[in-house]
Amino acid sequence: MHIVVCVKQVPDTKIIKINPKTNTLDRRSAPAILNPYDAHAVQEAVKIRDKTGGTISVLSMGPPQAVAVIKKSVEIGADQGYLISDRAFAGADTLATSYALSKALEKISKNNPIDLVICGKHAIDGDTGQVGPGIARRLDIPPITNVIEVSEVNKDEKYVHIKRKQIDGYEVLQSQLPCLLTVEKEINDIEYAPMPNMIKAARYEPVIWSVNDLEDVDKTQLGLKGSPTIVGKMFSPPKLEGGKRLEGNPDSQVEQLMGVLLERKDLLKLNTANS
Amino acid sequence: MQENQGVWVFIEVNDGKIEGVSLELLGAGRKLADKLEVPLAGVMLGEGVMPLANEVIYAGADQVYVVDHPVLKDYRTESFMKGVCILAEKYKPEIFLYGATPNGKDLASAVATDLSTGLTADTTMLDVDVEKRLLEASRPAFGGNIMATILCKKHRPQMATVRPKVMKALEADTGRKGVIIEEELELREEDMRTKVLKIVKDVTKKASLAEAHVIVAGGKGMGDIQGFQLIHELAEVIGASVGGTRDVVEAGWLKHEQQVGQTGETVTPKIYFAIGISGAIQHVEGMKNSELIIAINKDPNAPIFDVATYGIVGDALEIIPKLIKQFKELSKEKGGEMSYV
Repeated sequence: MHIVVCVKQVPDTKIIKINPKTNTLDRRSAPAILNPYDAHAVQEAVKIRDKTGGTISVLSMGPPQAVAVIKKSVEIGADQGYLISDRAFAGADTLATSYALSKALEKISKNNPIDLVICGKHAIDGDTGQVGPGIARRLDIPPITNVIEVSEVNKDEKYVHIKRKQIDGYEVLQSQLPCLLTVEKEINDIEYAPMPNMIKAARYEPVIWSVNDLEDVDKTQLGLKGSPTIVGKMFSPPKLEGGKRLEGNPDSQVEQLMGVLLERKDLLKLNTANS
Repeated sequence: MQENQGVWVFIEVNDGKIEGVSLELLGAGRKLADKLEVPLAGVMLGEGVMPLANEVIYAGADQVYVVDHPVLKDYRTESFMKGVCILAEKYKPEIFLYGATPNGKDLASAVATDLSTGLTADTTMLDVDVEKRLLEASRPAFGGNIMATILCKKHRPQMATVRPKVMKALEADTGRKGVIIEEELELREEDMRTKVLKIVKDVTKKASLAEAHVIVAGGKGMGDIQGFQLIHELAEVIGASVGGTRDVVEAGWLKHEQQVGQTGETVTPKIYFAIGISGAIQHVEGMKNSELIIAINKDPNAPIFDVATYGIVGDALEIIPKLIKQFKELSKEKGGEMSYV
């Protein structure tokens, strides 16, 4: 089995600050981390490889410092990593990103055919979840999103069984290999990295490709040029109509609140069968 | 590009029923279509879905494109994408909206790639620049701290997925007339590389948050997991469901599926208690359409008070036990349990 996991370096959005004057992100205010969903994707690849044998490659697109997330993936258990890094990729939306990554995947596949691609459900800085299915379409392999369990991998007969989260439950799917999965966090728990992995990761230098290292690339489909969507404007979310504050000491506040709730018989009605 | 015309909504059908978000999108799509003076169409794929076509018209559409085929019995990216792409290439809509459900997002991402067009995810506000015929799809960005309006100037159709429960469906008008267009497509099961083996419904889970009448939600302001127990206690006493912010889910105080907000569940209960929750836009996006919002927070400047119908500035750890006591006495007095309209 050759499993490739696509990973992204993201700012930790819980910490990131907005410059209130310009409404832009202060990226320096937040540490860069491995996208949490992608960590689960790498962990799942490790679980599968440990059962089926084979090798795990990770692939990322980003500035040179994104090698950090590849090292992190090696720590979790990936065998090798590739970073595509070039100004030509900058400013890419999801369509252009899936194009660039699919070109890198084609190159990786030439040396060692890919059986399975795994991505996180989405990146926490973009929240779109569009790149995974986009890559699958470009490689013409089936995408399965929102995966919560990989229950069977049959490398000889080339199929997988997976559980996919649905609005009101889940479904069990069978897909031919190769295919692409995007995984939810509940698929697994991130395990502590074994010491040998940490040592390997510290010394590991991933392969870095520029746009010219990729083959048959239509440069008009890359980066800003290849991105149909643009950000028109940024604005603060509209203020909603705030309501009434209940004044007084806690006892009085609670009493007022009870009064309010009991008054709204259209929302809450006490079962008064006995009274 | 100029030949593209009309607003389309993907109609998601589950269990022989149209998903609520599809009806909401027909309501929102109606406004866009009226502004642009073009027809609004629903696109519905499935097996045995034809009888639902009228509902799409009652909900605001002028046209419904229906593909009724055994291969489309259950949702699969490959079969649905193929069907939708054939229709979009044939009839060339200028705007195409999908519900931001697992299937809607999956489908839209695949279709956008095949049609080489732009797609905006998880939109919460929609408008249109009539002169430029540009869809203005706005969404919370960067963890929800700010809104961004995304435009797709040169590619058609302009596509967006839209969060459930943020748009309003129209009242069904059974007198509305429209055109139903049935499309025959050649779809073959042997071309499909994915099979649906089993569908498991977990009804309790859906009822627990997305459809709850009353939700008690807690945030980091509860202090620690012990403090958070008060949220569970209050919910228990009033028969409500428990929700929380991303922070508390990540801290392990609650399960992932109990997260309310942009990356969790969007909820629309009758009563929403936001306790110890500061009110980051990401959370607010998921609960602002609740009918009555009660906020309890120590910080008088917490943004949650901008959304709350009633706000209490105070220590939740002191106030909730009092509230629990009141409710307990009340139910004893009335000799029954709480129930909700």
